[in-house]
Amino acid sequence: MPAEDFLQWLRREGRIVIVGASLAGLRAAETLRAEGFAGSLTMIGDEPYEPYDRPPLSKAVLLGKASPHRTDLPRRLEIDAKWRLGVAATGLDMTAKRVRLADGDEVEYDRLLIATGVRARPWPKESEAQLDGVFVLRTRDDAAALLRRLQASPRRVFVIGAGFTGSEIASACRAQGVAVTLAERGGAPLVGALGGVIGAVAAELQRENGVDLRTGVMVTALEGDSMGRVRAAHLSDGSVVETDVVVVCLGATRNTEWLESSGLGAGPRGIACDAGCRAFDFRGIVTDDVYVAGDVARSPHPLFGYQFLSLEHWGNAVAQAEVAAHNMISSGADRRPHLWVPAFWSSQFGVNIKSVGVPSMGEQIMIAQGSLAERRFVGVYGYQGRVIAAVSFDNTRWLQFYERLIETATPFPLEFPTVDRRPEGRQPVPADFPDPSLPTHGPTVTLSGYSPSDRRLVFTPARH
Amino acid sequence: MRLVVDLNRCQGYAQCAFLAPDVFALHGEESLVYNPQAEEGQRERLARAVAACPVQAILADGLDDVDEEPAEAGQETSHAR
Ligand SMILES: Cc1cc2nc3c(=O)[nH]c(=O)nc-3n(C[C@H](O)[C@H](O)[C@H](O)COP(=O)(O)OP(=O)(O)OC[C@H]3O[C@@H](n4cnc5c(N)ncnc54)[C@H](O)[C@@H]3O)c2cc1C
Ligand code: SF4
Repeated sequence: MPAEDFLQWLRREGRIVIVGASLAGLRAAETLRAEGFAGSLTMIGDEPYEPYDRPPLSKAVLLGKASPHRTDLPRRLEIDAKWRLGVAATGLDMTAKRVRLADGDEVEYDRLLIATGVRARPWPKESEAQLDGVFVLRTRDDAAALLRRLQASPRRVFVIGAGFTGSEIASACRAQGVAVTLAERGGAPLVGALGGVIGAVAAELQRENGVDLRTGVMVTALEGDSMGRVRAAHLSDGSVVETDVVVVCLGATRNTEWLESSGLGAGPRGIACDAGCRAFDFRGIVTDDVYVAGDVARSPHPLFGYQFLSLEHWGNAVAQAEVAAHNMISSGADRRPHLWVPAFWSSQFGVNIKSVGVPSMGEQIMIAQGSLAERRFVGVYGYQGRVIAAVSFDNTRWLQFYERLIETATPFPLEFPTVDRRPEGRQPVPADFPDPSLPTHGPTVTLSGYSPSDRRLVFTPARH
Repeated sequence: MRLVVDLNRCQGYAQCAFLAPDVFALHGEESLVYNPQAEEGQRERLARAVAACPVQAILADGLDDVDEEPAEAGQETSHAR
Protein backbone atom coordinates (compact mmCIF):
# COMPACT_ATOMS: atom_id res chain seq x y z
CA MET A 1 0.00 0.00 0.00
CA PRO A 2 1.49 3.42 -0.88
CA ALA A 3 2.33 5.49 2.20
CA GLU A 4 -0.43 8.04 1.66
CA ASP A 5 -3.08 5.32 1.27
CA PHE A 6 -1.80 3.58 4.38
CA LEU A 7 -2.18 6.80 6.34
CA GLN A 8 -5.73 7.29 5.09
CA TRP A 9 -6.55 3.75 6.10
CA LEU A 10 -4.82 4.17 9.49
CA ARG A 11 -6.80 7.28 10.31
CA ARG A 12 -10.05 5.58 9.31
CA GLU A 13 -9.74 2.10 10.75
CA GLY A 14 -6.25 1.52 12.10
CA ARG A 15 -5.43 0.32 15.60
CA ILE A 16 -3.56 2.57 18.00
CA VAL A 17 -2.39 1.29 21.37
CA ILE A 18 -1.20 3.56 24.17
CA VAL A 19 0.75 1.99 27.02
CA GLY A 20 0.72 4.18 30.15
CA ALA A 21 -2.68 5.63 30.98
CA SER A 22 -1.67 8.80 32.74
CA LEU A 23 -1.11 12.43 31.75
CA ALA A 24 0.81 11.86 28.52
CA GLY A 25 -1.35 8.89 27.50
CA LEU A 26 -4.59 10.78 27.99
CA ARG A 27 -3.46 13.92 26.21
CA ALA A 28 -2.25 11.84 23.28
CA ALA A 29 -5.56 10.00 23.07
CA GLU A 30 -7.48 13.29 23.07
CA THR A 31 -5.26 14.73 20.37
CA LEU A 32 -5.70 11.65 18.18
CA ARG A 33 -9.48 11.97 18.34
CA ALA A 34 -9.39 15.75 17.95
CA GLU A 35 -7.35 15.31 14.77
CA GLY A 36 -9.82 12.88 13.30
CA PHE A 37 -8.50 9.45 14.17
CA ALA A 38 -11.53 7.16 13.87
CA GLY A 39 -9.95 3.74 14.33
CA SER A 40 -9.68 1.69 17.50
CA LEU A 41 -7.86 3.10 20.49
CA THR A 42 -6.69 0.97 23.41
CA MET A 43 -5.37 2.45 26.66
CA ILE A 44 -3.27 0.11 28.79
CA GLY A 45 -2.39 1.13 32.32
CA ASP A 46 -1.05 -0.84 35.25
CA GLU A 47 -2.74 1.39 37.81
CA PRO A 48 -6.41 0.54 38.40
CA TYR A 49 -7.40 4.19 37.89
CA GLU A 50 -8.30 6.36 34.96
CA PRO A 51 -5.75 9.11 34.33
CA TYR A 52 -5.22 11.38 37.31
CA ASP A 53 -2.99 14.32 38.08
CA ARG A 54 0.12 13.86 40.22
CA PRO A 55 1.37 17.37 41.13
CA PRO A 56 -1.47 17.96 43.63
CA LEU A 57 -0.43 14.78 45.50
CA SER A 58 2.48 16.54 47.18
CA LYS A 59 0.72 19.90 47.47
CA ALA A 60 -3.08 20.34 47.69
CA VAL A 61 -3.59 16.75 48.93
CA LEU A 62 -1.07 16.91 51.78
CA LEU A 63 -2.30 20.39 52.66
CA GLY A 64 -5.75 18.90 53.09
CA LYS A 65 -7.28 20.90 50.22
CA ALA A 66 -8.02 17.93 47.95
CA SER A 67 -8.70 14.24 48.32
CA PRO A 68 -5.96 11.93 47.04
CA HIS A 69 -8.61 9.88 45.26
CA ARG A 70 -10.11 12.82 43.46
CA THR A 71 -7.46 14.32 41.25
CA ASP A 72 -8.76 12.77 38.02
CA LEU A 73 -7.79 14.69 34.93
CA PRO A 74 -10.62 16.43 33.09
CA ARG A 75 -11.29 15.45 29.49
CA ARG A 76 -11.08 17.84 26.62
CA LEU A 77 -13.30 15.51 24.66
CA GLU A 78 -14.71 11.98 24.61
CA ILE A 79 -11.95 9.63 23.55
CA ASP A 80 -13.95 6.46 22.98
CA ALA A 81 -11.20 4.05 23.98
CA LYS A 82 -10.98 0.48 25.21
CA TRP A 83 -9.53 0.77 28.67
CA ARG A 84 -7.34 -2.05 29.96
CA LEU A 85 -6.66 -0.76 33.45
CA GLY A 86 -4.93 -2.57 36.29
CA VAL A 87 -2.94 -4.68 33.87
CA ALA A 88 0.70 -4.03 32.98
CA ALA A 89 2.26 -4.39 29.57
CA THR A 90 5.01 -6.99 29.96
CA GLY A 91 6.52 -7.24 26.53
CA LEU A 92 6.69 -5.86 23.02
CA ASP A 93 7.09 -7.77 19.77
CA MET A 94 8.00 -5.13 17.21
CA THR A 95 7.94 -7.54 14.28
CA ALA A 96 4.49 -8.93 14.96
CA LYS A 97 3.39 -5.49 16.25
CA ARG A 98 2.01 -6.81 19.48
CA VAL A 99 2.03 -5.76 23.10
CA ARG A 100 1.95 -8.57 25.66
CA LEU A 101 -0.03 -8.04 28.83
CA ALA A 102 0.46 -9.39 32.34
CA ASP A 103 -2.80 -11.34 32.11
CA GLY A 104 -1.51 -13.26 29.10
CA ASP A 105 -3.45 -11.29 26.53
CA GLU A 106 -1.85 -9.72 23.47
CA VAL A 107 -2.93 -6.54 21.75
CA GLU A 108 -2.06 -5.80 18.14
CA TYR A 109 -1.29 -2.31 16.92
CA ASP A 110 -0.57 -0.38 13.78
CA ARG A 111 0.88 2.47 15.81
CA LEU A 112 2.07 2.27 19.41
CA LEU A 113 2.65 5.08 21.89
CA ILE A 114 4.75 4.34 24.95
CA ALA A 115 4.08 6.69 27.87
CA THR A 116 5.00 4.54 30.86
CA GLY A 117 6.64 7.36 32.82
CA VAL A 118 8.78 6.79 35.87
CA ARG A 119 8.30 5.34 39.33
CA ALA A 120 9.66 6.41 42.68
CA ARG A 121 13.03 4.99 43.59
CA PRO A 122 12.53 3.05 46.80
CA TRP A 123 14.85 3.00 49.80
CA PRO A 124 17.65 0.71 48.58
CA LYS A 125 17.77 -1.60 51.61
CA GLU A 126 14.78 -3.78 51.07
CA SER A 127 14.15 -4.95 54.64
CA GLU A 128 14.25 -1.33 55.82
CA ALA A 129 12.09 -0.13 52.95
CA GLN A 130 9.43 -2.58 54.06
CA LEU A 131 9.18 -1.25 57.58
CA ASP A 132 5.76 0.05 58.46
CA GLY A 133 5.80 3.85 58.20
CA VAL A 134 8.23 4.08 55.26
CA PHE A 135 6.69 5.70 52.17
CA VAL A 136 7.42 6.96 48.70
CA LEU A 137 5.19 9.40 46.82
CA ARG A 138 4.38 8.84 43.18
CA THR A 139 0.89 7.38 42.95
CA ARG A 140 -2.53 8.16 44.29
CA ASP A 141 -2.30 5.14 46.60
CA ASP A 142 1.05 6.38 47.96
CA ALA A 143 -0.52 9.76 48.69
CA ALA A 144 -3.56 8.26 50.40
CA ALA A 145 -1.38 6.06 52.62
CA LEU A 146 0.95 8.91 53.53
CA LEU A 147 -1.92 11.28 54.22
CA ARG A 148 -3.48 8.78 56.64
CA ARG A 149 -0.25 8.69 58.61
CA LEU A 150 0.13 12.45 58.65
CA GLN A 151 -3.40 12.78 59.97
CA ALA A 152 -2.62 10.38 62.82
CA SER A 153 -0.40 13.08 64.42
CA PRO A 154 3.04 11.54 64.09
CA ARG A 155 5.72 12.76 66.48
CA ARG A 156 8.03 13.52 63.58
CA VAL A 157 8.26 12.96 59.84
CA PHE A 158 11.65 12.21 58.36
CA VAL A 159 12.09 13.05 54.67
CA ILE A 160 15.07 11.67 52.73
CA GLY A 161 16.07 13.87 49.80
CA ALA A 162 15.47 17.63 49.50
CA GLY A 163 14.51 17.82 45.85
CA PHE A 164 11.17 19.28 44.80
CA THR A 165 9.02 16.44 46.11
CA GLY A 166 10.87 16.14 49.43
CA SER A 167 10.74 19.88 49.99
CA GLU A 168 7.04 20.05 49.13
CA ILE A 169 6.31 17.27 51.62
CA ALA A 170 8.30 19.07 54.31
CA SER A 171 6.36 22.22 53.52
CA ALA A 172 3.00 20.47 53.85
CA CYS A 173 4.06 18.91 57.17
CA ARG A 174 5.02 22.30 58.58
CA ALA A 175 1.77 23.83 57.38
CA GLN A 176 -0.04 21.18 59.47
CA GLY A 177 2.21 21.77 62.45
CA VAL A 178 3.96 18.40 62.14
CA ALA A 179 7.63 18.25 63.15
CA VAL A 180 9.81 17.37 60.19
CA THR A 181 13.46 16.55 59.56
CA LEU A 182 14.73 16.78 56.00
CA ALA A 183 18.02 15.08 55.17
CA GLU A 184 19.95 15.89 52.00
CA ARG A 185 23.24 14.59 50.75
CA GLY A 186 24.01 17.81 48.84
CA GLY A 187 24.82 21.16 50.41
CA ALA A 188 21.29 22.59 50.23
CA PRO A 189 17.72 21.79 49.19
CA LEU A 190 16.95 21.91 45.45
CA VAL A 191 20.67 22.13 44.76
CA GLY A 192 20.65 19.51 42.00
CA ALA A 193 17.92 21.32 40.10
CA LEU A 194 18.72 24.97 40.80
CA GLY A 195 22.30 25.15 42.14
CA GLY A 196 23.82 26.33 45.40
CA VAL A 197 22.99 30.04 45.14
CA ILE A 198 19.26 29.33 44.98
CA GLY A 199 19.68 26.32 47.26
CA ALA A 200 20.87 28.65 50.02
CA VAL A 201 17.65 30.66 49.71
CA ALA A 202 15.59 27.48 49.91
CA ALA A 203 17.55 26.36 52.99
CA GLU A 204 16.83 29.61 54.78
CA LEU A 205 13.17 29.41 53.83
CA GLN A 206 12.91 25.91 55.25
CA ARG A 207 14.71 26.68 58.50
CA GLU A 208 12.58 29.77 59.02
CA ASN A 209 9.53 27.58 58.66
CA GLY A 210 10.77 25.22 61.32
CA VAL A 211 12.15 22.40 59.18
CA ASP A 212 15.02 20.57 60.87
CA LEU A 213 17.18 20.62 57.73
CA ARG A 214 20.30 18.46 57.68
CA THR A 215 22.52 18.93 54.64
CA GLY A 216 25.73 17.24 53.60
CA VAL A 217 24.63 14.05 55.30
CA MET A 218 23.59 10.62 54.14
CA VAL A 219 21.04 8.41 55.74
CA THR A 220 22.86 5.20 56.59
CA ALA A 221 20.06 3.09 58.05
CA LEU A 222 16.41 3.02 59.03
CA GLU A 223 15.71 1.28 62.29
CA GLY A 224 12.53 -0.59 63.13
CA ASP A 225 10.99 -1.65 66.43
CA SER A 226 9.97 -5.17 67.38
CA MET A 227 6.61 -4.68 65.63
CA GLY A 228 8.30 -3.87 62.33
CA ARG A 229 7.46 -0.17 62.53
CA VAL A 230 10.09 2.40 61.70
CA ARG A 231 11.35 4.19 64.79
CA ALA A 232 14.56 6.02 63.88
CA ALA A 233 16.86 7.10 61.08
CA HIS A 234 20.64 6.94 61.36
CA LEU A 235 22.78 9.56 59.65
CA SER A 236 26.35 9.53 58.39
CA ASP A 237 27.37 12.21 60.92
CA GLY A 238 26.54 9.76 63.69
CA SER A 239 23.27 11.36 64.69
CA VAL A 240 20.04 9.44 65.18
CA VAL A 241 16.61 10.97 64.57
CA GLU A 242 13.58 9.36 66.17
CA THR A 243 10.64 9.33 63.84
CA ASP A 244 7.53 7.34 63.02
CA VAL A 245 7.12 8.30 59.38
CA VAL A 246 9.85 8.23 56.74
CA VAL A 247 9.27 9.50 53.21
CA VAL A 248 11.87 8.43 50.67
CA CYS A 249 12.28 11.10 47.96
CA LEU A 250 15.28 9.86 46.05
CA GLY A 251 14.14 10.56 42.54
CA ALA A 252 12.71 8.21 39.97
CA THR A 253 13.43 5.19 37.80
CA ARG A 254 12.15 4.99 34.24
CA ASN A 255 9.60 2.28 33.49
CA THR A 256 11.40 0.55 30.65
CA GLU A 257 12.09 -2.95 32.01
CA TRP A 258 9.12 -4.38 30.15
CA LEU A 259 10.84 -3.47 26.87
CA GLU A 260 13.96 -5.48 27.60
CA SER A 261 14.90 -7.64 24.61
CA SER A 262 12.18 -6.00 22.51
CA GLY A 263 14.87 -4.47 20.32
CA LEU A 264 13.81 -0.95 21.23
CA GLY A 265 16.42 1.63 22.30
CA ALA A 266 15.17 1.55 25.88
CA GLY A 267 17.19 1.50 29.08
CA PRO A 268 17.56 3.02 32.52
CA ARG A 269 17.85 6.51 31.02
CA GLY A 270 14.56 6.14 29.19
CA ILE A 271 13.58 5.54 25.59
CA ALA A 272 15.49 7.49 22.99
CA CYS A 273 13.43 9.07 20.24
CA ASP A 274 13.85 11.65 17.48
CA ALA A 275 12.46 15.17 17.78
CA GLY A 276 9.25 13.85 16.23
CA CYS A 277 8.79 11.35 19.12
CA ARG A 278 9.58 8.27 17.00
CA ALA A 279 11.44 5.73 19.11
CA PHE A 280 14.89 4.46 18.15
CA ASP A 281 15.58 0.77 18.06
CA PHE A 282 18.69 -0.52 19.83
CA ARG A 283 20.75 0.02 16.67
CA GLY A 284 19.92 3.71 16.67
CA ILE A 285 17.56 3.39 13.71
CA VAL A 286 14.32 5.26 13.99
CA THR A 287 11.15 3.16 14.04
CA ASP A 288 8.12 4.18 12.06
CA ASP A 289 5.32 2.87 14.22
CA VAL A 290 6.53 3.20 17.81
CA TYR A 291 6.32 6.60 19.50
CA VAL A 292 7.19 7.80 22.99
CA ALA A 293 6.14 10.73 25.16
CA GLY A 294 6.38 12.07 28.70
CA ASP A 295 8.72 11.25 31.56
CA VAL A 296 9.95 8.04 29.93
CA ALA A 297 11.17 9.73 26.72
CA ARG A 298 14.52 11.30 25.91
CA SER A 299 14.89 13.33 22.77
CA PRO A 300 17.45 15.62 21.12
CA HIS A 301 17.00 19.37 21.55
CA PRO A 302 18.81 22.00 19.44
CA LEU A 303 18.78 24.58 22.24
CA PHE A 304 20.87 22.23 24.32
CA GLY A 305 23.43 21.11 21.77
CA TYR A 306 21.23 18.30 20.43
CA GLN A 307 21.90 16.33 23.57
CA PHE A 308 19.17 13.99 24.66
CA LEU A 309 16.94 15.79 27.07
CA SER A 310 14.71 13.94 29.48
CA LEU A 311 12.32 15.86 31.65
CA GLU A 312 10.12 14.82 34.51
CA HIS A 313 7.88 17.81 33.96
CA TRP A 314 4.13 18.02 33.66
CA GLY A 315 4.15 20.51 30.80
CA ASN A 316 6.58 18.41 28.83
CA ALA A 317 4.34 15.35 29.10
CA VAL A 318 1.42 17.35 27.71
CA ALA A 319 3.33 18.99 24.87
CA GLN A 320 5.22 15.88 23.84
CA ALA A 321 2.07 13.74 23.88
CA GLU A 322 0.35 16.21 21.57
CA VAL A 323 3.24 16.16 19.12
CA ALA A 324 3.54 12.36 19.24
CA ALA A 325 -0.17 11.89 18.60
CA HIS A 326 -0.17 14.35 15.73
CA ASN A 327 2.84 12.70 14.10
CA MET A 328 1.44 9.19 14.51
CA ILE A 329 -1.29 9.96 12.03
CA SER A 330 0.51 12.47 9.79
CA SER A 331 2.76 12.06 6.78
CA GLY A 332 6.36 13.28 6.57
CA ALA A 333 5.93 16.93 5.69
CA ASP A 334 3.07 17.47 8.14
CA ARG A 335 4.99 16.13 11.10
CA ARG A 336 6.04 18.50 13.84
CA PRO A 337 9.10 18.48 16.08
CA HIS A 338 8.80 18.55 19.86
CA LEU A 339 11.03 21.50 20.68
CA TRP A 340 9.52 22.58 23.94
CA VAL A 341 11.40 24.92 26.24
CA PRO A 342 11.48 23.08 29.57
CA ALA A 343 9.29 24.68 32.23
CA PHE A 344 8.50 23.61 35.75
CA TRP A 345 6.73 24.90 38.83
CA SER A 346 6.78 24.02 42.47
CA SER A 347 5.05 25.50 45.44
CA GLN A 348 6.45 25.26 48.94
CA PHE A 349 6.23 27.27 52.14
CA GLY A 350 3.85 29.61 50.35
CA VAL A 351 6.43 30.50 47.70
CA ASN A 352 5.80 30.01 44.01
CA ILE A 353 8.93 28.60 42.38
CA LYS A 354 9.11 28.35 38.63
CA SER A 355 11.83 27.69 36.14
CA VAL A 356 12.31 27.74 32.38
CA GLY A 357 15.17 26.27 30.37
CA VAL A 358 17.73 23.91 31.87
CA PRO A 359 19.16 25.55 35.01
CA SER A 360 21.49 22.62 35.69
CA MET A 361 23.45 23.53 32.54
CA GLY A 362 24.09 26.98 33.98
CA GLU A 363 27.66 27.87 34.87
CA GLN A 364 26.80 31.25 36.31
CA ILE A 365 23.76 33.00 37.69
CA MET A 366 22.80 36.64 38.07
CA ILE A 367 19.85 37.98 39.97
CA ALA A 368 18.28 40.02 37.22
CA GLN A 369 15.32 41.29 39.22
CA GLY A 370 14.38 41.49 42.89
CA SER A 371 16.59 40.15 45.64
CA LEU A 372 17.46 36.84 47.24
CA ALA A 373 16.97 38.30 50.70
CA GLU A 374 13.36 39.21 49.94
CA ARG A 375 12.81 35.81 48.33
CA ARG A 376 11.19 37.52 45.41
CA PHE A 377 13.44 37.50 42.41
CA VAL A 378 14.37 36.17 38.99
CA GLY A 379 17.70 34.39 38.64
CA VAL A 380 19.12 34.01 35.15
CA TYR A 381 21.56 31.22 34.32
CA GLY A 382 24.32 31.56 31.74
CA TYR A 383 26.08 28.87 29.76
CA GLN A 384 28.94 29.57 27.37
CA GLY A 385 28.01 33.22 27.03
CA ARG A 386 24.28 32.83 26.52
CA VAL A 387 21.13 32.66 28.59
CA ILE A 388 20.22 29.01 29.23
CA ALA A 389 17.60 29.16 31.99
CA ALA A 390 15.80 31.29 34.53
CA VAL A 391 14.19 30.67 37.90
CA SER A 392 11.68 32.83 39.70
CA PHE A 393 10.57 32.95 43.32
CA ASP A 394 7.20 34.74 43.56
CA ASN A 395 7.91 36.58 40.32
CA THR A 396 6.20 34.43 37.73
CA ARG A 397 4.97 37.28 35.56
CA TRP A 398 8.48 37.89 34.27
CA LEU A 399 9.32 34.37 33.32
CA GLN A 400 7.92 34.49 29.83
CA PHE A 401 10.25 37.33 29.01
CA TYR A 402 13.22 35.20 30.00
CA GLU A 403 11.89 32.28 28.02
CA ARG A 404 12.24 34.44 24.89
CA LEU A 405 15.83 35.20 25.85
CA ILE A 406 16.57 31.49 26.10
CA GLU A 407 14.92 30.77 22.75
CA THR A 408 16.95 33.47 21.05
CA ALA A 409 20.25 32.59 22.74
CA THR A 410 20.60 36.10 24.20
CA PRO A 411 24.14 36.90 25.42
CA PHE A 412 24.97 36.33 29.07
CA PRO A 413 25.68 38.24 31.32
CA LEU A 414 22.63 40.36 30.47
CA GLU A 415 23.94 43.52 28.90
CA PHE A 416 20.76 45.52 29.35
CA PRO A 417 19.31 46.86 32.58
CA THR A 418 16.09 45.36 33.96
CA VAL A 419 13.33 46.59 36.19
CA ASP A 420 14.21 46.23 39.85
CA ARG A 421 17.84 45.21 39.28
CA ARG A 422 19.77 45.53 42.55
CA PRO A 423 23.50 46.07 43.02
CA GLU A 424 23.89 42.39 43.96
CA GLY A 425 22.51 41.40 40.56
CA ARG A 426 24.95 43.37 38.44
CA GLN A 427 27.63 40.71 38.34
CA PRO A 428 27.17 37.03 37.62
CA VAL A 429 28.40 34.56 40.21
CA PRO A 430 29.02 30.81 39.90
CA ALA A 431 25.68 28.99 39.95
CA ASP A 432 27.30 26.39 42.21
CA PHE A 433 25.91 23.09 41.02
CA PRO A 434 27.24 20.03 42.78
CA ASP A 435 29.62 17.75 40.96
CA PRO A 436 27.27 15.58 38.88
CA SER A 437 29.26 12.49 39.79
CA LEU A 438 28.06 12.96 43.38
CA PRO A 439 24.35 12.28 43.08
CA THR A 440 21.90 14.17 45.26
CA HIS A 441 18.23 13.25 45.34
CA GLY A 442 18.33 12.81 41.56
CA PRO A 443 17.60 15.58 39.06
CA THR A 444 14.30 15.98 37.27
CA VAL A 445 16.09 17.16 34.14
CA THR A 446 18.78 15.06 32.54
CA LEU A 447 20.94 15.76 29.55
CA SER A 448 22.72 12.82 28.11
CA GLY A 449 24.34 11.72 24.92
CA TYR A 450 26.66 13.24 22.39
CA SER A 451 26.95 16.98 22.11
CA PRO A 452 28.48 18.22 18.83
CA SER A 453 29.83 21.28 20.64
CA ASP A 454 31.74 19.22 23.15
CA ARG A 455 35.22 18.75 21.73
CA ARG A 456 36.53 17.01 24.81
CA LEU A 457 34.55 13.92 23.94
CA VAL A 458 36.70 10.95 22.99
CA PHE A 459 35.17 7.96 21.26
CA THR A 460 36.63 4.74 22.57
CA PRO A 461 35.54 1.73 20.52
CA ALA A 462 34.74 -1.41 22.45
CA ARG A 463 37.37 -4.13 22.25
CA HIS A 464 36.58 -7.42 20.58
CA MET B 1 -16.45 18.32 38.05
CA ARG B 2 -12.85 17.55 37.31
CA LEU B 3 -10.45 20.36 36.71
CA VAL B 4 -6.75 20.98 36.27
CA VAL B 5 -4.76 24.19 36.12
CA ASP B 6 -1.72 24.45 33.90
CA LEU B 7 0.49 26.07 36.50
CA ASN B 8 3.24 26.74 34.00
CA ARG B 9 0.81 29.05 32.33
CA CYS B 10 -0.88 30.46 35.45
CA GLN B 11 0.37 33.92 36.33
CA GLY B 12 -1.16 34.07 39.79
CA TYR B 13 -3.58 36.83 38.84
CA ALA B 14 -6.02 35.35 41.40
CA GLN B 15 -9.02 36.06 39.22
CA CYS B 16 -10.19 32.48 39.77
CA ALA B 17 -9.75 32.71 43.55
CA PHE B 18 -11.91 35.83 43.49
CA LEU B 19 -14.68 34.23 41.44
CA ALA B 20 -14.64 30.73 42.95
CA PRO B 21 -13.02 31.01 46.38
CA ASP B 22 -14.16 27.54 47.44
CA VAL B 23 -12.25 25.94 44.59
CA PHE B 24 -9.18 28.15 44.19
CA ALA B 25 -7.03 29.86 46.79
CA LEU B 26 -3.69 31.57 46.85
CA HIS B 27 -1.15 30.10 49.20
CA GLY B 28 1.28 32.89 49.92
CA GLU B 29 1.80 35.69 47.41
CA GLU B 30 1.17 33.86 44.16
CA SER B 31 1.05 30.07 44.57
CA LEU B 32 -2.29 28.72 43.48
CA VAL B 33 -3.82 25.71 45.23
CA TYR B 34 -7.09 24.29 44.06
CA ASN B 35 -9.39 21.38 44.57
CA PRO B 36 -9.19 19.24 41.40
CA GLN B 37 -12.68 17.86 42.04
CA ALA B 38 -15.01 20.78 42.57
CA GLU B 39 -18.35 20.29 44.30
CA GLU B 40 -21.44 20.24 42.14
CA GLY B 41 -22.65 23.45 43.80
CA GLN B 42 -19.60 25.26 42.44
CA ARG B 43 -20.53 24.62 38.82
CA GLU B 44 -21.50 28.13 37.91
CA ARG B 45 -18.67 29.81 39.79
CA LEU B 46 -16.17 27.41 38.28
CA ALA B 47 -17.46 28.15 34.79
CA ARG B 48 -17.00 31.85 35.45
CA ALA B 49 -13.46 31.32 36.70
CA VAL B 50 -12.59 29.24 33.63
CA ALA B 51 -13.86 31.98 31.38
CA ALA B 52 -12.21 34.78 33.32
CA CYS B 53 -8.69 33.39 33.66
CA PRO B 54 -6.62 35.85 31.61
CA VAL B 55 -4.24 33.16 30.39
CA GLN B 56 -6.82 30.38 29.94
CA ALA B 57 -4.93 28.11 32.30
CA ILE B 58 -7.94 26.28 33.73
CA LEU B 59 -9.28 23.18 32.04
CA ALA B 60 -12.50 21.74 33.44
CA ASP B 61 -15.04 19.24 32.22
CA GLY B 62 -18.65 18.73 33.12
CA LEU B 63 -19.45 22.38 32.48
CA ASP B 64 -21.23 21.76 29.17
CA ASP B 65 -24.71 22.44 30.42
CA VAL B 66 -23.86 25.87 31.77
CA ASP B 67 -25.15 28.67 29.54
CA GLU B 68 -22.87 31.08 27.65
CA GLU B 69 -19.47 30.01 26.36
CA PRO B 70 -17.40 29.24 29.42
CA ALA B 71 -17.23 25.53 28.65
CA GLU B 72 -16.04 26.29 25.16
CA ALA B 73 -13.37 28.55 26.51
CA GLY B 74 -12.19 25.59 28.55
CA GLN B 75 -12.03 23.37 25.51
CA GLU B 76 -9.93 25.80 23.62
CA THR B 77 -7.35 25.67 26.33
CA SER B 78 -4.47 24.00 24.64
CA HIS B 79 -1.46 23.43 26.76
CA ALA B 80 0.77 23.33 23.74
CA ARG B 81 3.11 26.24 23.44
C1 LIG C 1 4.20 14.06 43.80
C2 LIG C 1 4.51 14.64 42.45
C3 LIG C 1 4.53 16.03 42.28
C4 LIG C 1 4.82 16.58 41.04
N1 LIG C 1 4.84 17.95 40.93
C5 LIG C 1 5.14 18.50 39.72
C6 LIG C 1 5.19 19.92 39.58
O1 LIG C 1 4.95 20.66 40.53
N2 LIG C 1 5.49 20.43 38.36
C7 LIG C 1 5.77 19.64 37.28
O2 LIG C 1 6.06 20.16 36.20
N3 LIG C 1 5.73 18.29 37.38
C8 LIG C 1 5.43 17.71 38.59
N4 LIG C 1 5.41 16.33 38.69
C9 LIG C 1 5.76 15.51 37.52
C10 LIG C 1 4.57 15.16 36.65
O3 LIG C 1 3.54 14.62 37.42
C11 LIG C 1 5.02 14.16 35.58
O4 LIG C 1 5.93 14.83 34.75
C12 LIG C 1 3.89 13.59 34.76
O5 LIG C 1 3.04 12.82 35.56
C13 LIG C 1 4.43 12.74 33.62
O6 LIG C 1 3.37 12.09 32.96
P1 LIG C 1 3.59 10.74 32.14
O7 LIG C 1 2.26 10.42 31.59
O8 LIG C 1 4.75 10.87 31.25
O9 LIG C 1 4.08 9.66 33.22
P2 LIG C 1 3.34 9.11 34.52
O10 LIG C 1 2.45 10.13 35.09
O11 LIG C 1 4.44 8.55 35.37
O12 LIG C 1 2.44 7.93 33.97
C14 LIG C 1 2.92 6.71 33.50
C15 LIG C 1 1.85 5.67 33.73
O13 LIG C 1 2.22 4.46 33.09
C16 LIG C 1 2.02 3.38 33.98
N5 LIG C 1 2.89 2.26 33.59
C17 LIG C 1 4.21 2.12 33.83
N6 LIG C 1 4.67 0.96 33.32
C18 LIG C 1 3.62 0.35 32.73
C19 LIG C 1 3.45 -0.88 32.03
N7 LIG C 1 4.47 -1.70 31.80
N8 LIG C 1 2.21 -1.18 31.57
C20 LIG C 1 1.16 -0.34 31.77
N9 LIG C 1 1.27 0.82 32.43
C21 LIG C 1 2.48 1.17 32.90
C22 LIG C 1 2.35 3.99 35.32
O14 LIG C 1 1.85 3.23 36.39
C23 LIG C 1 1.67 5.34 35.21
O15 LIG C 1 0.33 5.28 35.51
C24 LIG C 1 5.11 15.75 39.93
C25 LIG C 1 5.09 14.35 40.10
C26 LIG C 1 4.80 13.79 41.34
C27 LIG C 1 4.80 12.30 41.51
S1 SF4 D 1 -7.13 33.20 37.05
FE1 SF4 D 1 -5.76 31.95 35.82
S2 SF4 D 1 -3.77 32.99 35.97
FE2 SF4 D 1 -5.05 33.78 37.60
S3 SF4 D 1 -4.54 32.53 39.39
FE3 SF4 D 1 -6.34 31.63 38.42
S4 SF4 D 1 -5.50 30.12 37.02
FE4 SF4 D 1 -3.83 31.46 37.56
